[in-house]
Parts: sequence; C-alpha cells; structure tokens
Amino acid sequence: MEQNEDIRLMKGNEAMAEAAIQAGMDAYFGYPITPQSEVLEYLTREMPNRNFLALQAESEVASINMVYGAAGAGARVMTSSSSPGWSLMQEGVSYIASAQLPCLLVNVNRGGPGLGTIQPSQGDYFQATKGGGHGDYRLLVLAPNSVQEMADFVFLGFELADKYRNPVLMLSDGAIGQMMEKVVFHKREINKIPKPWATTGKTPDRERSIITSLFIQPEKMEKVNLELLKKYDEIEKNEVRYEEIMTDDADYLLVAYGLSARISHKVVLLARERGLKVGLLRPITLWPFPAGVLNKLADKVKGMLVVELNAGQMIEDVKLAVNGKVKVEHYGRMGGIIPSPEDVEENFEKFIKTL
Amino acid sequence: MDNKELVTPQCIVEGDETYDLVFEKSHVMTDTRLHYCPGCGHSVAHQVLAEVIQEMGIQDSVIGVAPVGCSVFAYDYLHIDWQEAAHGRATAVATGIKRCLPDKYVFTYQGDGDLAAIGTGETIHCVNRGENIMILFINNGVYGMTSGQMAPTSLEGMKTTTSPYGRDVHMMGYPIKVSELIAPLPGAFYVTRQTVHTPNAVRKTKKAIENGFKYQKLGKGVSFIEIVSNCPSNWKMTPIQSNQFIENEMLKYYPVGDIKVPSKEDLKELK
Repeated sequence: MEQNEDIRLMKGNEAMAEAAIQAGMDAYFGYPITPQSEVLEYLTREMPNRNFLALQAESEVASINMVYGAAGAGARVMTSSSSPGWSLMQEGVSYIASAQLPCLLVNVNRGGPGLGTIQPSQGDYFQATKGGGHGDYRLLVLAPNSVQEMADFVFLGFELADKYRNPVLMLSDGAIGQMMEKVVFHKREINKIPKPWATTGKTPDRERSIITSLFIQPEKMEKVNLELLKKYDEIEKNEVRYEEIMTDDADYLLVAYGLSARISHKVVLLARERGLKVGLLRPITLWPFPAGVLNKLADKVKGMLVVELNAGQMIEDVKLAVNGKVKVEHYGRMGGIIPSPEDVEENFEKFIKTL
Repeated sequence: MDNKELVTPQCIVEGDETYDLVFEKSHVMTDTRLHYCPGCGHSVAHQVLAEVIQEMGIQDSVIGVAPVGCSVFAYDYLHIDWQEAAHGRATAVATGIKRCLPDKYVFTYQGDGDLAAIGTGETIHCVNRGENIMILFINNGVYGMTSGQMAPTSLEGMKTTTSPYGRDVHMMGYPIKVSELIAPLPGAFYVTRQTVHTPNAVRKTKKAIENGFKYQKLGKGVSFIEIVSNCPSNWKMTPIQSNQFIENEMLKYYPVGDIKVPSKEDLKELK
C-alpha cells in the first residue's frame, strides 16, 4: 500500500460524502430521502471534527436555494437527493444555471414516475440531460458506475463546476449509492480558484457583485443565452468522457452507463465466450454526450443495443449520434428491477438475429 | 429630465454659495431611477435602509437578498452586494449566505406574496433555526407586480382583481398575521411591526432596521421587521388616500409596535 493511499470499504453514498469533505467542501445542504440518506448522516457525524457545514433543510426546495445562496457567496457547496426530491429542486437548478453558480448536485436515481419505488433506476436520464427545470440550460452530467467513481467524480465535479461556473450533476442510482465496495482515497491537492464575482460584501476595491437570473430586457436575456451557449460549446469540446471496452474488433456494440454498464460489461464477456464479438461503449459524461465516438463506431459495427434501467431514454441520443448508420435498439427493465447479465445476453442474441 | 438632473437638487448650482446643503440622498442609494409608482412605500423603505447602512458604516459587509414581486429590482437601487432569489426562497438563500459568511450582515427584503404565501415554509423554518439575519417584510396586502391580485395579507372585504367582490374570508381564508405567527418561535429574537405613512413612522422604521443589523452581531436569531405599506396603484387611491387607508384600516388589523423585544440581558454584549 502506498503511503498516500487510504483504502476503505464503503457504501457509494458514504464514499461520496467522504470525498466531498476531502475535496474541501465548505457546505452541504440536504433533506433525507431514500436511497441516499446516508450522505447527510455521514456528514453530520463527521462535522464536529472536520471543517465544513452540513445543514438539514426543511425541504429539497429550501436546500437547493441554500446551495444557491452559499454558491453565490463563493463557497464550495453541494447537495444530494433522489428522484422525487431532485424534481423538487428543478426550479432552483434552473436559477443556479442561469446565475452561473458552481456547485455539485447529486441524484441517486430511484424508480418512478411519482413516488415510485426506492429501488435503483435510470429513469431520470431525460431530466438530467435535457434540462429538468425551465429555460435553455445544461448541466454537466457525470455517471459513476462504482463506489470508487462516486468518490472520484466528487473531486472532478467540484473542479469542473468551478472551471465553467456551471452546476455539475452526478447521476448515480440506488444500487451504486447503497452497495459496498473497496474505495481508494488518494492524497490530493485541492485547488480552489478565486471567485471575484461572489457576494462577500462590496469592498471599495471592486464593483459590487450581483447574483441574479433576471434579465428582463429581451436583448439582455438573449445575450445571456448566447453567453451560456458559448460556454456549453466549450464544455462539449473539452469534457466528453467515456470508456471503451473491447470495441477494437467488435461486430456489435452495447451502449450503457452507470449500473447497466456494469451489467453490460458481464454481457460482453458472456457473449464473447459464445463466440460473438461484442464491445461496450460506456458514456461517463451523459452531457456532453460522447456522440463522436459512437458515430465512428457505427462505421464498424452491425448494430447497437442500448441497455438502460428505464423505458428507453439514452437511446434517443445514441440514435442521433449514429444518424441511421446502423440499427439501434433498446433493452431495459423498470420499476427497480435489475436484469441479470444472462437476461441481457439472451435479449442481445435476439437483437442480433434481427440484423 | 436625465438622471443627473433628477438626483441633483435644483437649488444647488455649482460655484453658487448662496445655499447650504442640508440633506442629500444616501450614497448607498444608486442613481438608478426607482421604478416604483408615485407614493409607494417601497421607495421610502429603500431610502431608510440605505441611510442605516451608510450611518452604520457597514456598506462593505452587507449582502442583501431580493425577492420576486415589486421589489424584485431592489438590487438596482442599493449600492451593496445582492443576490436575487426565486419567488419565496429569499430566506433559504440568505441562510446559505449567512452560514458561509457568518461575519457579514445579511438581510432579505420581501413582500407579502413572497414571504407569506409561496415562501411561508422557508420563512417559518428560517426563523425557527434562528438564522442570524434580518428579514424585512413589506406588507401592503396586495400583489403589486402582477397588478393587484389578492395577497395572503389582504384585509377582509378588500377588493382585488382576484377578489373582485371583496375578500370573503369563509371562501378565501383570513388575512395572515405573520409577525404574530412567528414571534413565539425561539429562533425569533426581535419582531416588530412598523409603517411608513408618516414622517414619525418612518423614523421608527429606521430605528427598527438599525436594530435588525445590530442584533446580528449577537448571534441570537432572526430580526423580523414587518413594514405595513401602501399600494396606491392597485388600491386605486391617490398616495394621500392610501396613507389614510394605512392609518384607518391596515393598522386596525396589523397594529404597529414591538411584538417581541430582546431582554436587557440579551443586549448586554452589545456595545
């Protein structure tokens, strides 16, 4: 074991909380909801001995607005929730995106719609990647597939949020949040960039800071829209992340993220045992979406199966990326049901018979 | 008239020493033209707020939180750092700011729709947590920005665009007395109701706002200052009539005065 490594066995939610403390988080505001209540529990337990604030708000509506205030005051700030609570936050997220406040948001996705189920799901893909709240805005969306990544993406998320003055969403799910795995914490140098735009009190040496999302003249509003678009273009250019597994010689491709990517990895191995050359493309950033690599892979493979724990959401982005070059189909389970690799493999073999 | 002419008293002519300057607007007020209607209490409340900030010398350590409603542009008028919150969420935003910057002065400026309807939950829980902030609550019993709909604080029988035959309390509920509602909470340190319809009332309001800033240094909870105000445009009155309506009608239901004051013991640490 290297000296600068700290190896622990933890739940994804706890690893995320620990990572946030190590990443120099100043404040966390949240409201309990299954399956991510461990985050606030872990943070309130650790708070007396370590230098940060964790505050239980009266609702997700309040906690996201506390995040707005704290982020506007220049703090490194975070909240987490699960699907119904994440829905409640959408108004605040839209304001945060418009006011360009850096913060880390986490949705540990559970089954829906409505109160739904507390079991894992990927049913919030649309909401995460296409807006969620009102108006033209984008979140940078990171999709972890392990406890390790739930920790690592906290560090990455804070950095990206500061770099682009944009909210970053980590879209996890109830399984990755709840399961225990080995997680390694490396000693890291934490960089916090200056935030001269923050409201810290108007000292004579600077112009006053105004955090707002109100631009009532159409010309001003459109200028802000264009400024945001320019930033989103920059993010699309620089921040696409994905993982390719055995795609070099692949005749067929599975496309999956998060938990379903872990299942699909097993499916790749199972199918290869049966002599089928299958690869896996795992988007790590759901926005910006790795459309370029998918388009290139579409030149090599005969068909793509998109595996999701929902009714078919990411498949729309895959189809747009592939632009009709090959057949793209969806296989998914809902309601918190997690398919076995054998189940997916069987459906994959049915799919390739249609090609 | 351009802005410069508007904000320069006509009697002051550069190089002319005939007149003495006896009063000027607070430099904490910006030169932006107020968008408020003639006679509106918001303008007065803004001015006394700016005067207090100037007189206390705390301009560089105050952060204001503006609401949604008529005072949505409050940040255009006071030369301090501001955050503009979503409708009703000002006290949650202020909580986030104050918890991260505990040494700064933080206040919210909210109307009755913002604070007492859509933001009731945030208001009560902010007070209950005893956040060390000042809440300025402008109560004029009507939704001004959306042009005259019924507010949670509209008086019984009050005609608004959504209670065109007068507020029927059996159907629409009763006007809510927020100050009395939150005063019993342990997190409420100072609760007072003031008004701005007479010069004397304005002076008292100014004193209350000064207390609201001072008390933040004690760290003992929320200072909640309700200001009963007017809305000549949506009350369909002249400014003078609207001030008479405050005196004769509003203050009957919303009586002026301190509702909860700190004890001498509480104020001992205050120099």
